[in-house]
Amino acid sequence: MPTLGDYLLVSGLLFSIGLAGVLLRRNLLIIFMSLELMLNAANLSLVAFARHGVTAFGLPDYNAQVLVFFIITVAAAEVAVGLAIIVALYRLRQTTHVEDLNRMKF
Amino acid sequence: MLTILFWVFSVLMLASAAAVVLFRNPVNSAMSLVLTFLALAALFVTLDAFFIGVIQVLVYAGAVMVLFLFIIMLLDLKAETRRRLNIAALAGGIAVLGGFVVLITHVVKSLPASADHFPTLARTGYSDAYDIGMTLFSDFNLPFQIIGVLLLVSTIGVVFLSRRSLR
Repeated sequence: MPTLGDYLLVSGLLFSIGLAGVLLRRNLLIIFMSLELMLNAANLSLVAFARHGVTAFGLPDYNAQVLVFFIITVAAAEVAVGLAIIVALYRLRQTTHVEDLNRMKF
Repeated sequence: MLTILFWVFSVLMLASAAAVVLFRNPVNSAMSLVLTFLALAALFVTLDAFFIGVIQVLVYAGAVMVLFLFIIMLLDLKAETRRRLNIAALAGGIAVLGGFVVLITHVVKSLPASADHFPTLARTGYSDAYDIGMTLFSDFNLPFQIIGVLLLVSTIGVVFLSRRSLR
């Protein structure tokens, strides 16, 4: 049977892959997808802890699952706003490559 | 059986997540991301979180990925051309990443509950939508309403940002 540590390790590796995408890729859309990976890694560890911390009734801790529900909702709103910003940026500059967007660079 | 399913879906999820980062064509990345979300939904089901698994498929693999693919095809993005690599940035990124992986492995290994098996549930194989709904509408009623306002605000924001001329 998989243990809590196995799930947390998989969640940590998923977060690391998302972090790698944010740090190493130069395409705004891929960076945005990597952000989604990191949010999902947090969701996986929350659900694993919910299954581990069983309540007195012998059921999973539903408070954590409600938090996952909220995270999914906020992430959906974030994707909508972020992609609208990317489209507005593309209209103005015709690029989604972060190295071409250096007007605010110090 | 659960062990085999856990490892199959974990490896599938991590491999397709790595493919998201490694593919040069954004459409291929988006398709790998769909596979990542489906494997993650399967992992939620192995944790007896059926409702969250269904929501994951509907919202992420459905709505969010349709939005991503729509934007990729609207902007007509081609595969990235290779550019001169910034060696310092690459080395810095890999160093940060290696440190992070070592750190998170160490933290998980040193957690006292890390080797615990999951306790058995009082009821198995039932729908948990009822219990989540009770928790959501009793203990978390105010946050639920605030999330509704957040969705309204983000809808208005997207409509504003999508106008032809931004003032």
